Amino acid sequence: MLSLTLLSIPLLASLLLLFSRGAMSRNLALVFTLVQLGFTIFAYTVFKAEGAGPFDYMQNWSAKPFINVHLSMDGMSLLMVMLTNVLLPLIVLSGYNRETNRMHVFYSLMLFMQFALNGVFMAFDGFIYYIFWELALIPIYFIAFNWGGENRAKVTLKFFIYTLAGSLLMLFGFLFLYNGSPANSLEWSSLVANPSCSCNQSWLFWLFFIAFAIKIPIVPFHTWQPDTYQSAPTQGTMLLSGIMLKMGTYSLIRWLLPIVPAGVQEWQPLVIALCVGGVVYASIIAIMQRDMKRLLAYSSIAHVGLISAGIFALNRSGIQGSLVQMVSHGLTVVGLFFCADIIFNRTKHEEIEGLGGVRLAAPKFAAWFLIIVLGSVALPLTSGFVGEFMLLFGVYQYNTWLSIFAGLTIILGAVYMLRMYQKVVLGKAIKENMVFPDLMWNEKIVLVSIGVMIFALGLFPNPIIELTEPILKTIIK
Amino acid sequence: MENFLELTKLISPASLIPLFPLLGFLLTAFFGKTLKHAAGWLASAMILISFCLSTFLFINLPANADLSFTIFDWIKFGNVTLSFGFLIDHLSIIMLLVVTGIGFLIHLYSIGYMHNDEGFARFFSYLNLFIFFMLLLVLGNSYLVMFIGWEGVGLCSYLLIGFWFKNDAYNDAAKKAFIMNRIGDLGFLVAMFYMLFYFGGLDFETVNAGAQTLEVGNTLLVTITLLLFVGAMGKSAQIPLYTWLPDAMAGPTPVSALIHAATMVTAGIYMIARSNIIFAMAPLTLEVVMWVGVITSLFAAFIGMKQTDIKKVLAYSTVSQLGLMFVALGVGAFSSGMFHVVTHAFFKALLFLGAGSVIHAMGGEQDIRNMGGLAKYIKITFYTFLIATLAISGIFPFAGFFSKDEILAASFSEHKAVWVLASISSMITAFYMFRVMFLTFQNSFRGTEEQKHHLHESPWTMTVPLSILAIFSMVAGFWGMPAVMSSTHWFGTYLAPVFEGSKAYLGEGHHLDHGTEIMLMVIATVLALVSISIAYVMYVKNKTLPEADAETTGVAKWAANKFYVDEFYDKIIVRPITILSDVLFVLVDKLVIDLVVMAGAWLVGFTGRTIRLVQTGNTGFYVFAMVIGMMVLMFIQLVY
Repeated sequence: MLSLTLLSIPLLASLLLLFSRGAMSRNLALVFTLVQLGFTIFAYTVFKAEGAGPFDYMQNWSAKPFINVHLSMDGMSLLMVMLTNVLLPLIVLSGYNRETNRMHVFYSLMLFMQFALNGVFMAFDGFIYYIFWELALIPIYFIAFNWGGENRAKVTLKFFIYTLAGSLLMLFGFLFLYNGSPANSLEWSSLVANPSCSCNQSWLFWLFFIAFAIKIPIVPFHTWQPDTYQSAPTQGTMLLSGIMLKMGTYSLIRWLLPIVPAGVQEWQPLVIALCVGGVVYASIIAIMQRDMKRLLAYSSIAHVGLISAGIFALNRSGIQGSLVQMVSHGLTVVGLFFCADIIFNRTKHEEIEGLGGVRLAAPKFAAWFLIIVLGSVALPLTSGFVGEFMLLFGVYQYNTWLSIFAGLTIILGAVYMLRMYQKVVLGKAIKENMVFPDLMWNEKIVLVSIGVMIFALGLFPNPIIELTEPILKTIIK
Repeated sequence: MENFLELTKLISPASLIPLFPLLGFLLTAFFGKTLKHAAGWLASAMILISFCLSTFLFINLPANADLSFTIFDWIKFGNVTLSFGFLIDHLSIIMLLVVTGIGFLIHLYSIGYMHNDEGFARFFSYLNLFIFFMLLLVLGNSYLVMFIGWEGVGLCSYLLIGFWFKNDAYNDAAKKAFIMNRIGDLGFLVAMFYMLFYFGGLDFETVNAGAQTLEVGNTLLVTITLLLFVGAMGKSAQIPLYTWLPDAMAGPTPVSALIHAATMVTAGIYMIARSNIIFAMAPLTLEVVMWVGVITSLFAAFIGMKQTDIKKVLAYSTVSQLGLMFVALGVGAFSSGMFHVVTHAFFKALLFLGAGSVIHAMGGEQDIRNMGGLAKYIKITFYTFLIATLAISGIFPFAGFFSKDEILAASFSEHKAVWVLASISSMITAFYMFRVMFLTFQNSFRGTEEQKHHLHESPWTMTVPLSILAIFSMVAGFWGMPAVMSSTHWFGTYLAPVFEGSKAYLGEGHHLDHGTEIMLMVIATVLALVSISIAYVMYVKNKTLPEADAETTGVAKWAANKFYVDEFYDKIIVRPITILSDVLFVLVDKLVIDLVVMAGAWLVGFTGRTIRLVQTGNTGFYVFAMVIGMMVLMFIQLVY
């Protein structure tokens, strides 16, 4: 039943917000996301003490077709729920001291998004999962469309149709599974128990994989992403890159691996090569990007490519590492986009070239920016290092040469990140009369929380590993 | 049992050693504004405490004992447990003393040197952070903990090279250092994957035990050690990853002394000495280490001859000396390599600090062509610099003589050609070091009147460290006297337990008889004296000045331009990657992949538009189409 509460807080808040106006709605959004965060922490303690029991909710929705509303919780779900609910208040906070029109709609959509994301991570029935998956697309579409920047109509339409097309393939996949499964049910546990249903897994794999690969995105299904990240409002980009893409990587582990195991085995070499290739490909492209948000977008493609590669290595280290890295990437990417936003907010400058001198004007901002950059380039003692170490070790166990190739990311990552940091933050101010006030209160809270979490996880990653270890044992046989 | 109890008592002081610099970092970073100049004293005090604790360990660690302990389990997954722990043995104690001892002196020196800098507190926070990571590096009981320190010192090096961040050339140098180190780090990382996979752990004990189940020269061991050596090449600036170190001179001079001469750059040597067992079991790797070392040493010495920036000369001499240390490791003389690490730390730190004092006196001037005659203006700096120059040139009885002699003797007995090359390199070293000495301190002053007026000796916070380092540059050599002079080699004996394990794999080293040993020393000394005399004749008697850059020709021009290696790297690596980046973005990403995606979308639209044409509303056409369709279906039915 606790799972219902986790869903209803953001849903009710989202409805309530529609009746509020102006700054009030932003405050309300902050309060509700904080309440949700508090409740998540409570849920964590309950889960630690009593396991999944208190979260399990099962209600028959329809007898034919047989659909259950099944919500539950395990370590992996909880981890993603926690990531979502930790990031949401920070994302709301980053909207303070910024102008947004029709704030009530904006934050209402954001909370609705939180509702859908929580649902995706707690759904244990294919249909329900699919519904939440699609529900999550709607608010972000409107956020990107209404509050976005240049070319938003064209860009958002492409994003929407692209991901929708992917989802459609997944829907087909589920339909085949439904017909093929002996119990005629999309219940997760029964699908896992009978993975070799009569369907041909060889192409069933692609139905699911493409849907997830578009969402993540894995090269070459990524071309919607840089445009969308660039044109969406920063808070939308944070939602997309920090949480929404984790729907894809989470689903790889939750649905694809255990349900289409033979397909995964069959296509593993191709897919893992695709992922690793994407890591290097996106890293190289990131080096010469001229726009800050686009650079971060490509760096994100590189990072999630490595996460996917770790998952498809199909071993403990890779998959465990991918979970650590999902959290780490969520934190760093939100922090990085926020830093880009802070710069844009003060200078109205999006290009990497032609800025500089930020360090002189705003040393505190520069310092926290650097800390997040270091988390992103996986310096030891940051969360990024733990994640990348485990991921690369996972890939290594699959193939040595592939891991060296993927490992180029630690070099290339330093190249593009430090180049950006140097051009934007260091040096003398190139822009004339640049006024760059140091961090405002809300910015300070967001960046400091992210920075602290990056180090905390870098030093003590074991809680995450312990949380998810039992469930991974059942998924990797 | 008693021994055990005695050891456990050392755990808390040992764990505290890195914590004080960390505390200092946090305090100076967060309260730098309020602390102002007290930040320097606070930071120095933290290092002094660590130094005292290190000394305490040095005194109290029972002979031949070592202490390895886990502080907490860092990463645990499946059956892999990677814990965070320290190892206290004679090797780490030596490094602790060097890092905290010289670290403290350089902190003290910096109080004077950085006095007027607006980033005073920030400077000390970075320095403290550096010491923290350096201590992790030498204290770690596993490759993973070492790697934390390894990358951490790289970060601090980045921060300190680019300390004056308003200057973009400095920022470039900082970035270059970080990236080149990262190339090496990838090697280190992959080596760790091999060790974790094949030996099931990353702590030295597990790895050594696992390695010893294999036979000598096993491919796995060669792979691991070569990969580790790639890491060492990056950190310790060996060919081909050395070009960052000369550029790193962009940082404030105390940084060059501490990080880019005395401590961080010797991490590669420490790492190999720490891994002596697996390296000794991979003779092929040792061969590679030896050749890379000797070639780097010679190459850097050549470049050093033609440099005119006082710090650049010292930088190349560091690269060259590091090369010699790798030669020592390569011929299996681990203890000699470490000995040279220690003596080099003293005299090279002293040289840099002396150079700093000169630059300080000259108001920022670094070109030796514009100096001259400084001996009478800054006496303490001159005498201490002279001592360091004698030490690095290998003149008896200064520190460098003993450690260099050991390396030369070891290479003589293992490999004559390497001995010849190493001797040439040492000879060149003596030449260019005295070239710097003479051009800076002898003859008459060549700078501007204003500079001449400004010349002054540095404050006591700077001269005291100079004097202390000068004393050690004189006496440190006596810790390791050659067999012909004394029957005890304190340094070698002290480190012997650490290298005990690798002895069996190295084979019986040819023991040189006393006659040969004396002969080698005489040759080395004669060569050095010849070099010094040439330098004297050229730069003091004939008062030759290095020609202006434009007039240099031939080989000299190549050497002055560092053999154009930077330009070469730029052409074959940097430019192609940036071009590739643009090409991939514009051609592949924008054009090909996106075109396919948009073509898919277009196809859907096209189909829609085309089919719409059929929807005419004409009933006759619908009936016609229906009939055609039925006929087709019937036809299919008939055929199959």
